Amino acid sequence: MPSNAIQMILSRQLADSLSVPVFLVDPEGNLLFYNVPAEAILGQKFEDTGPMPVGDWGTNFFPFDEDGTPIPPEGLPLVQTIHTQVPAHRTFWIKSLSGDSINISVSSIPLIGRDGDFCGAMAIFWNNKRNL
Amino acid sequence: MKVKLHGTRGSYPVSTAQNQKYGGNTPCVEVTEGRQRIIMDAGTGILGIDFGAYQDSDRIDIFLTHLHMDHIQGLAFCKPLFNPNQKIVIWGPADSEESLKTRLNRFLSPPLFPIPLRDIPSQLEICEMPNQAVEVGPFRILSEYISHPGPTLGYRVESGGKVLTYMPDHEPTIGRQGLYPEDEWVSGFDLAANADLLIHDSQYDAGEYQQKFGWGHSSLDMAVEYAERTGVKKLVLFHHDPNHSDAQLDEMFRAIVQNRSLDFSVEMAVQGAEIAV
Ligand SMILES: [Zn+2]
Ligand SMILES: [Zn+2]
Repeated sequence: MPSNAIQMILSRQLADSLSVPVFLVDPEGNLLFYNVPAEAILGQKFEDTGPMPVGDWGTNFFPFDEDGTPIPPEGLPLVQTIHTQVPAHRTFWIKSLSGDSINISVSSIPLIGRDGDFCGAMAIFWNNKRNL
Repeated sequence: MKVKLHGTRGSYPVSTAQNQKYGGNTPCVEVTEGRQRIIMDAGTGILGIDFGAYQDSDRIDIFLTHLHMDHIQGLAFCKPLFNPNQKIVIWGPADSEESLKTRLNRFLSPPLFPIPLRDIPSQLEICEMPNQAVEVGPFRILSEYISHPGPTLGYRVESGGKVLTYMPDHEPTIGRQGLYPEDEWVSGFDLAANADLLIHDSQYDAGEYQQKFGWGHSSLDMAVEYAERTGVKKLVLFHHDPNHSDAQLDEMFRAIVQNRSLDFSVEMAVQGAEIAV
């Protein structure tokens, strides 16, 4: 496997030091890394899964909208950022491992290196109950 | 390849009786293969290069890792720059906002230097390193951005079936205990993988590093861990802190190698040393 771009490596180091869930994906949408707080959302440990293709991680946390309609991967901000290379944001619901519905907001940003190369995207997941 | 260390000191040059063994010039490494030559960085060590000696090529190629002062300080006083018949190519990192030439011109222009870059008499070409390999004579040079403040490249130089990796300023992980377990998450891994010689940052001892997270440099322990991980055959500990005397560096080296069995050789960078690769 070729080395990740330095922007991606430094993003992982940042994610490692944060208490909010962070996801990092490559330009193809493969989930390259998620931090420990994000493991609670996916219900899996990065140590166990390693990187995951978009079809696997995009549905793992059962995202759905206000009407209860499941959101397909292409409706998720992170996947949109991968396609458009611009930031995206959306508030929606996910199912926790215990079956509760949690209202979250997701913001994703493109990671574009100094040479202008798009090397992937980073998203933070915000539990809207957290500060309310 | 022959690798000559003309400058091994980090941050700023020193010249005291306590710094004579390892040397006081800032980073510059001359790499030769037969009568061909490239130069890595242009710290004050570059002033020790004999530019008149053996050289087949009519041009001088200088590869800058980054533009921190200790890596370009010798450039302004480098004699070939003032020879109108001399072709010089300076390679270095691209940045998203300003060209390499514009950034170099900030240093090579008044009031920091009396002559602006455009008036330097030699035939000077300034090139940003591309994403693919650059070929200069027998050398094939690859680069990647590595972890250090500001755009900073590490280099992998291949020639005659041998590999030199040059990472004078590098903090592969920032304040984290150990490297990530997956190779693809290790800064510069592909550059250093299985190199015959790795010249790597080792500015601090382990205690000092605890106070210097994010400053962009490694401790000796980090450099050894990095060399172990990337499977190099020889590690040269480089970019000595200007505050460390010869005696302190001796002691730091003794502490790092004692009671440790390594499957590669390790030595401290000594100004003037020549290493056959
Ligand atoms: Zn330096
Ligand atoms: Zn530096």
